[in-house]
Amino acid sequence: MPINEEGAAFKPLIVAFCCNWCSYAGADLAGSSRLNYPVNVKVIRVPCSCRVNPLFILRAFQRGADGVIMCGCHPGDCHYTSGNYFARRRMALLFSMLDYLGIERGRTRVEWVSAAEGAKFANTMNQFAETISALGECRRLEDIRCVESEI
Amino acid sequence: MRRVRDMMRSRAGELLKDGAVTRVLGWKSGEFYYDPTPSFFDTEESLDELVYNGFSAAMLSKYLIEATKKEGRVLVFLKPCDTYSFNHLLKEHKVDREKTYVIGVGCGGMLDIEKLRALGVKGIESMEELGENLVIHTLYGDKKFARGDVLLEKCATCKGLEHKASDELAVPDELWEWETSDRFARVSELEGMTSGERFAFWRGELSRCIRCNACRNACPVCSCNKCVFDNPRSGVIAKANADTFEENMFHIIRAFHVAGRCTDCGECSRVCPQNIPLHLLNRKFIKDINAFYGEYQSGESVDGKSPLTEFRTGDVEPGIVHERGGA
Repeated sequence: MPINEEGAAFKPLIVAFCCNWCSYAGADLAGSSRLNYPVNVKVIRVPCSCRVNPLFILRAFQRGADGVIMCGCHPGDCHYTSGNYFARRRMALLFSMLDYLGIERGRTRVEWVSAAEGAKFANTMNQFAETISALGECRRLEDIRCVESEI
Repeated sequence: MRRVRDMMRSRAGELLKDGAVTRVLGWKSGEFYYDPTPSFFDTEESLDELVYNGFSAAMLSKYLIEATKKEGRVLVFLKPCDTYSFNHLLKEHKVDREKTYVIGVGCGGMLDIEKLRALGVKGIESMEELGENLVIHTLYGDKKFARGDVLLEKCATCKGLEHKASDELAVPDELWEWETSDRFARVSELEGMTSGERFAFWRGELSRCIRCNACRNACPVCSCNKCVFDNPRSGVIAKANADTFEENMFHIIRAFHVAGRCTDCGECSRVCPQNIPLHLLNRKFIKDINAFYGEYQSGESVDGKSPLTEFRTGDVEPGIVHERGGA
């Protein structure tokens, strides 16, 4: 496991955008089923995966996230009929672009998690946290103005 | 090209005279020979200043947004690639087709002043364009070039010489046609690098950005009335000394805003004073869209939806980005 300067085990900062109707409920189920997933996954509830503006993802990286994952209803199950289809196209292009600009492709991910899939949610987050831990810190898109002073 | 210019002048004069159009949008000579500047002509006499030569690369489509808000009809000269952007502006209802009169002008590929400078050309006084041969008269004597060697990047990978929208054409019969190269070649080359190399490449290119916003202002697709970058409270309205916004964010955001709409006109790279190859970002999106959702050329027609405003239930999953080979 990579070690940072202070000698403590590196804990990646992961931002998870979860849609209100499926994935957030899935995260809830993971919690009420007492399933473990890393504490450094910060879940942000959005009305629909389609609400996730590509700028949100860039913003997360700008503020120092090491990985960003977006969860939504399975294609075909969107509460708003078609939101996740649009999100799917957008994210495919955005992630491809981030890869093209030199952000390792493992740092971005889309996963479809329904409200009944608490176990899948916990599993996905555990796997994703492992991937990001292996990749280490992401400083490539970080904005120096957003770094919290360590003094 | 001189023949095209004469056709343009006489036809514009006729239309202005009989009142079919109230003003003409074309190019007039700028401060130097190599920078013909977009300009409006209101009278027949002023048309003597209209120029059209190998340096008239500036796209006129975007000027129509404001021009068609005024009274009267505008005559506009569009090169083949400009008509893609024109169609796109029509599609987004930015331009009123009824208020425009389009004359499609023949194009023999536009010249890159930077390439000419690199070949030692300075003090250009005039130029003769004879098909594939180019004779440039400079203060220091005449120079001859093969036109194909000094074309702009966007012309070397030309999309074709067919006008996608026009009311009439001003295309001479003996127009020179040239071999075009694959426009995605450089994108594929970058894709073959490791992510570290790509990051280093882009950091090197984008760190030169001075945030003049020329790429945004020249882009025919980037035409929101209120731009996200103009928000004075965003803290990113202009270049700051100590930040990495330009390198990190500005160009990703700009490219994503035109994803699926970019007509690949290449104006962003052409106008960049720092010569950043911005078209490589747009072309990456175009290449991906073609691969994921089928071939799509924005601006080819006024009808239809752009790729990011529609979907199919069987679209590829974003995970395809991770599954593709390479580093």
